[in-house]
Amino acid sequence: MSVQIQVKNVSKIFGSKPKSVIPMIKEGLSKEEILKKTNHTVGVYDATFDIQKGEVFVIMGLSGSGKSTLIRCFNLLNKPTDGSILIDGQDITKCSRDELKKVRQEKIAMVFQHFGLFSHRTILANVEYGLEIRNVPKEKRREIAMQNIETVGLKGYEDKYPDELSGGMQQRVGLARALTNDPDILLMDEPFSALDPLIRREMQLELLDIQERLQKTIIFITHDVNEAFRIGDRVAVMKDGHVEQVGTPEEIIASPANDYISEFIKDIDRSKVFQASHIMTKPNALVSIKDGINVAVKEMRENGISSVFVVDRSRRLQGIVTIDDAIQGIKEHKQLSDLIKKDITVVAEDEYINDLIPKALESSFPLAVVNEEQKLAGYILRVHVLSGLTSDDVTESEEYVH
Amino acid sequence: MLMIQFPDITFEAGKYVDEFVSFLANNLEVLFDFIFFITSRSISGLTDFLMIIPWWLFIVIIFLLGWYFKSLFSGVLYGLFIFLIGSFGLWEEMMITISIILTAVIICLIIGIPLGIAMAFNKWVSMILRPILDAMQTMPSFVYLIPAIFFFGLGNVSAIFATLIYSLPPVIRLTDLAIRGVDKEVVESAHSFGSSRWQTLSKVQLPQALPTIMAGVNQTTMMALAMVVIASMVGASGLGEQVLVSINRIDIALGFEAGISIVFLAIIIDRITNGIAEKVQRRGGNQ
Repeated sequence: MSVQIQVKNVSKIFGSKPKSVIPMIKEGLSKEEILKKTNHTVGVYDATFDIQKGEVFVIMGLSGSGKSTLIRCFNLLNKPTDGSILIDGQDITKCSRDELKKVRQEKIAMVFQHFGLFSHRTILANVEYGLEIRNVPKEKRREIAMQNIETVGLKGYEDKYPDELSGGMQQRVGLARALTNDPDILLMDEPFSALDPLIRREMQLELLDIQERLQKTIIFITHDVNEAFRIGDRVAVMKDGHVEQVGTPEEIIASPANDYISEFIKDIDRSKVFQASHIMTKPNALVSIKDGINVAVKEMRENGISSVFVVDRSRRLQGIVTIDDAIQGIKEHKQLSDLIKKDITVVAEDEYINDLIPKALESSFPLAVVNEEQKLAGYILRVHVLSGLTSDDVTESEEYVH
Repeated sequence: MLMIQFPDITFEAGKYVDEFVSFLANNLEVLFDFIFFITSRSISGLTDFLMIIPWWLFIVIIFLLGWYFKSLFSGVLYGLFIFLIGSFGLWEEMMITISIILTAVIICLIIGIPLGIAMAFNKWVSMILRPILDAMQTMPSFVYLIPAIFFFGLGNVSAIFATLIYSLPPVIRLTDLAIRGVDKEVVESAHSFGSSRWQTLSKVQLPQALPTIMAGVNQTTMMALAMVVIASMVGASGLGEQVLVSINRIDIALGFEAGISIVFLAIIIDRITNGIAEKVQRRGGNQ
């Protein structure tokens, strides 16, 4: 990954003489002091962070925290009062009008909370707007627009008008319109807040789906912690114009920077943030199918455990052997392959704990965690599934019993 | 000493205005002649054109407009109204009145819509124009008939001038209101795609504002019609002139016929422009 956007000391002040407030910010006066002294509102207070290429970067905060103000700095719908924003090395705050137009047309597109659709245009005409103002020939832009309408699943609706569509569908139009410009960066200002919860969930999944295919850098605004942590690769938490903490959802939950953030994430559903890979233990005892039963028994004895996973030569999971079966097997001169129990529960690395709970309850063995190539990545004791939900410290204990 | 009487201070504002108007009339003669020429030509051209149309065809056109923009019943009713005006013997007067109104409204739109847009975009223009618009609307209409005569003499052109002053404000105000009323996010989204100012205005703001602007056009048209009688005092011909004549002669019959004809025209014009506005509304913004 490489850095795509650098935000350096960006402040946005609203009032009659915004520039005059900048020295006070440099001195470190608070938002309230500045409001009292100068009657200027600080929208964004000295924000500095980087955004990586291809990541979903979520800016989260309550209303009035400055998140919408900040996202509008990325395409200069709001011009920062101070500081600079570098997109691929180009400082857009110093762009001329024509350069800015180019950046907006080619690099960056935006999806709005209330969709921002042109009600006098059909869906097709809405989606092709970005190309129309770039004077792309009619045939060509129609073709690209139709592709994107298809991408968001609205084929057949292209001749309708926005007010004939439901909210969820309208936001799909908003998304298709933004994608049609083929931008590197997608700005999304609370895009799903106006939708009802079911549709919101569906749209989140679809967005992640599209992101996986197209690999855009997405800057996503939300006031919903669960939404932020569900879709964000990294999350920035804002309060009163300050960026309080930037980190992955796990980092923020594991070590919140201050009380405000702790309070904020108190209600978060941990089971929907942490994945199997976060709570699994790397196996220190493993038996290959080629090894004999004796090796298996030795491994278990040395590690003080009562069962061990068996893998093949390329670490693909074959099953599990218990100590009782192994000792019995030695007496009966059986092969290791005869003793393997196959009824273990296998989960993927990126499965959420939420989904693991029922599996853990049903299984009589530890859950086996496999990676994309079906190789054994680790295991999760059943007790860890539940402790991962409650404890702040999700590092596992070392016991291996059940 | 009780100060009962106003002190002996005089400020002859009217005199200065008088001098200013004379100054304009003397020094900008060429300009006024030019405006006079254009306006009178377009009125007479329009009247001539309307008079070529066979009477039955005109009624059919009005019927079709009413049918398309309102309903079949309205179409029939409007056609009947026009037929009645004709049967009063006021066909030509009606055509002249329509020409004057049309000319005035077209000039209003040509001047008013750009001014309204300028007001919406620039607070200085807005600050300057607002009191002027207030004055235009509240000043008794007879007052600006006088400079009209000064500039253009008696006749239809003066009538148009007076009508303009009276009926220009609504279209300016509503254009301003409509542009500023376009949803902020919609304008932002136009900007966010890198639209130029002109593209944002022509492709997004104006179409979104159209329903409200159409309401302004409707009001302007109605106000122009309301000026018909007053304008006839500076020599406008048409239905207003007939009303004036009937007052002078105390001719109740003529007064009624000319008066009711104006009412008929008002109804037809109002309903049809309203119908256009509603048709536009269905696809526009500002709801």
